[in-house]
Formats: sequence, structure tokens, C-alpha cells
Amino acid sequence: MNDQLYQEKIVALAKSKTGAGKLAAPTKTARRDNPLCGDRVIVDVTLDGQGRIAEIGHQVRGCLLCQASAAALASVAVGKDAAGIAQYRHEAERAIGREAGKAHDPFDAFEPVASHKSRHECVLLPFEALKDALA
Amino acid sequence: MTFDVAQVRRQFPILSEIIDDRPIHYLDNGASAQTPLAVIDAVRTYETTGRANVLRGVHRLAERATESYENARVAVASFLGVQPMEIVFTGGCTAAINLVAYSYGQLLKPGDRILLSELEHHSNIVPWQLLRQRSGIELDMLPVTTDGQIDLEALPKLLTPRTKLLSLAHVSNVTGALLDVRRVVEAAKTVGAKVMLDGAQRAPHGPVDLKTLGIDFYVFAGHKAYGPNGVGVLWARPELLDAMPPFMGGGSMIGRVTLAETTWAPAPRRFEAGTPPIGPAIGLGMACDWMTALDWTTAHDHEMGLVQRVLDGLQKIDGTQILGPASLQNRYPVVSFMLDGVHPHDVAQTLDSFGVAVRAGHHCAQPLMDRFDLDGTTRVSIAPYNDNTDIDALLAGVTHAAKTLR
Repeated sequence: MNDQLYQEKIVALAKSKTGAGKLAAPTKTARRDNPLCGDRVIVDVTLDGQGRIAEIGHQVRGCLLCQASAAALASVAVGKDAAGIAQYRHEAERAIGREAGKAHDPFDAFEPVASHKSRHECVLLPFEALKDALA
Repeated sequence: MTFDVAQVRRQFPILSEIIDDRPIHYLDNGASAQTPLAVIDAVRTYETTGRANVLRGVHRLAERATESYENARVAVASFLGVQPMEIVFTGGCTAAINLVAYSYGQLLKPGDRILLSELEHHSNIVPWQLLRQRSGIELDMLPVTTDGQIDLEALPKLLTPRTKLLSLAHVSNVTGALLDVRRVVEAAKTVGAKVMLDGAQRAPHGPVDLKTLGIDFYVFAGHKAYGPNGVGVLWARPELLDAMPPFMGGGSMIGRVTLAETTWAPAPRRFEAGTPPIGPAIGLGMACDWMTALDWTTAHDHEMGLVQRVLDGLQKIDGTQILGPASLQNRYPVVSFMLDGVHPHDVAQTLDSFGVAVRAGHHCAQPLMDRFDLDGTTRVSIAPYNDNTDIDALLAGVTHAAKTLR
């Protein structure tokens, strides 16, 4: 069955919708599309004076993995700058087996995606959008 | 007479594969169909007993290769009800459309218009956009009805004296809708426009009588029609092929080359520059013979019976919607659907865990997705070798996705 990939933690993250929605007055906004599958992520952020995220909102038009990834990212992003978010990107890369090492909560939720190479980009798309927003 | 699906299935070795203890329920035929043993054997025979380049050598292997390659052209021509020298082998269906866009496109003038539709595959949109950039032609788009058919009511409004070509999907790769070709051709004739059909989703469902259709260009892909990858077909009326300049230059397509100038070979060679996809073309020839030998009256009834089983089964699952004609009329066995609250990729991933292969996403038809404000659809595409077990596994998987992912 599909339970191997869609484990409880991924489904719960997606359903949590943490950070889902638009910000009223974002400092920066970025949109990323996956041209292969058509998934789309729009990320809004407001920044404090030091380039750290004060608020984050995301609109995901994509699959459950992409929604879960955006929620996981939003759950840890506040207070982080671009370098801090890059560290979380490594966490996600470790979870899906692209980098060596163990991923930590909440990104360890994506470990079942490691064996589904065609779905890796679903997990990484929100990171790409947020990276653009912070650039 | 009933259709012996078991006898057809036995001809496709891959259908007896077991992956992770599950049989394969292959319902992604619209992306790539599977290939029968006869095609595999034809390619193997070429590679093991007749491999050489064509149209050049005088040795016996070259003679064998050339004969097999030209026999494949005869088989494709017979499948389409046309003459062999009207058949151009290309690298694929996309390559065939690009050939027409480039070559026939050179005969057009700035301000000439080409009429497409909102449901076309990207490969029947982008080549024309590139032509528009190169030569200043204009593009018009036929709208799509709410049930996923090209809205031909808009034809009179969109056809103008400057319309030179209509290029439309014979069967939609998303909705399965069959084009009313006669109506399109009649309308095109009123302004003297040519008609090209993208037959990628129609050719895999039996011979096509092009002369009866009254069109001017037809293209289809080998790999969707039970043949190998890397080969496609362009058919065009001979007077059009004669008038069209070359697309690519190189060996085989020339009459005479001097350092000052080159003259062109007649069609189809003019459009087959370089070494063609010999093995794939031979395989495609065999695939056309295989399709021609099938009883398509019963095969089509079998396929549409499976479509009905899909439509009936999906209706019983809460929150499913069909994108395409609701009945079996004017459609071929391609069914797209949405499951409320579950993204198509998650539906497809779930189906994979049931051993069911489908396609999910925009199906290279993003303008159509925009038309319906959709992220994508899950697409079931059926071939004659599919059976009830495939559809029942599909429906079990969709039911499971509905229960677990929303």
C-alpha cells in the first residue's frame, strides 16, 4: 500500500498547514514552479532588520509531499536568516538521501521519500522558493 | 466475436513481469505503450542479421537493411492508407511537428495565421510559437468546452482568409475527446487552409484512413503505437512535401552537392537527413503490421468497455470528477480525473503501490490546465492488452488514496 511513503508524520505535517497562506505585507515574495510536474510554491516573508525571518507564509499548489515540506520549513523558519535556512536545506537533503548523515525533526519525516527519486523535487521546491525570497 | 484479451496479453512479455510481488497494471499507454514480441523480434533481427546503414552501401548487409527500412515505410503507409513515398520517418512525433513548423512554416508570410486549440499538447503549441518568433505569423486558439472537447462552434469566428493551417489533436492526450475531423476539414476548405492532425493518441487504436479524412498532414509517435522509441512519422500530401524546403541538411537529403550550392533529393529523403533511426523504423513498421492484423472492431469495443468500467467505478468514489466527455461517444480510451483533496501525484504514487501505472500532472498541456484552473489530473490511458483486473486494481488504489490522504 502507499503507507510506506505517506507515513503518518508526512501526512500530519501536510494537514497541519503550518504557515499556509499569504502575508498581508511581505518584505519579499518568491515563486518557484516545477516545470516537470507543474507544482508551484509561493513564499512570502517579512524580515527583521538583520535579514532574519519575522513571518513566513506559503501558498502551495502541489502534492502532499510539497505541502508537508512547506509546513515543516515554516515551523522552523522564524528567526532564521538565509544561512540558517541553508542549514535546514541540508537536513532535508539528508532525509532524502542526497547527503550523508541523519536528518532531525521535523525533516526526518521525509526519509521515506529517499527511495522515490522522482519525488525529491517535491520536497525541495519550498526550499528553492524560500532561498529566492531571501536572496 | 469476442475479443481474446488473454491472447493479446501473451504477446507482450512485460505484462507478465512481477515487481515487488505485484503484477503490472499498465495504464500509462498514452505516455508510452508496451511493445509486442513481434516488434522486439523485428528489431533484434535487424540488429543481429542485417545491421548496416541504409541507402548507401552495396554490400549484402546494406541491401538487407535498406530493404527492411523501406518495407517499414510500406507498412506505415498501409496503416495510414497512403503511398509509401508520402511517409517521412522522423525522430518522433514532436520532431515531425517541428519539421512541418519549420519547413511548411517557411512558405508562410508575416500576418498569416495558424489555428490551434487550448487542449493541444505542448509539442503542438511551442513549435508554432517558435515559428511566430521567427517569421511573424499569428496564432489563434480554439476554446475548449466544459467537457474537454475542442469547441468547433468557434470555428467560423476564428477562421480568416489569412488562416493557412489548422493543427489539432486527433484525440486529446488529456480528455480522450475525438475531434470531428470532417467538420474541421469542411470549415478549413472555406478559407483554403490546410489541416494537420496530431495523431499521437489516435494511431495506437488502429489503422487510420487518411484519404477519407481529407486532411493534409498527419503525425504520430512510434513508442505510443507499440513501436520503439526514437522514431515518429510525418505524412503529408505529396504536393506539399514537394513544395516544402528541407528542415535539416546533411547526408541522404541531397541531389548534388558542390561547394557553391546544393540541390535537394525528392521527398521523403529530403526530410531524412543523416542516418535515419533504422532499427526503430523497422520496429515501427512491424508495430503497424501488428495493429493492422488486429480486429479493431472488437478491440475498440473491449477498450471502451474498460473505459465504461473506469467511469462507473470512479463515480462510486466520493469526490471524483472526470475531465472529458462523460459518455463513450466521441472519445477514445484516455480518461482524466480529479480526486477532491488529493493531489494527482499522490493519487498516482498510491496507485503505484497497487502495481498500477498511470500518469499524473499537467500532461504537457498546461494551457488546458489553466483553462480549468487545475493543478493537474490523474490520467488512465488504455490499450487493447488491458483487462478488468487492471481497472479493478486502479479503482482499489483510488479508493485507498481517498481514504488515507484526505
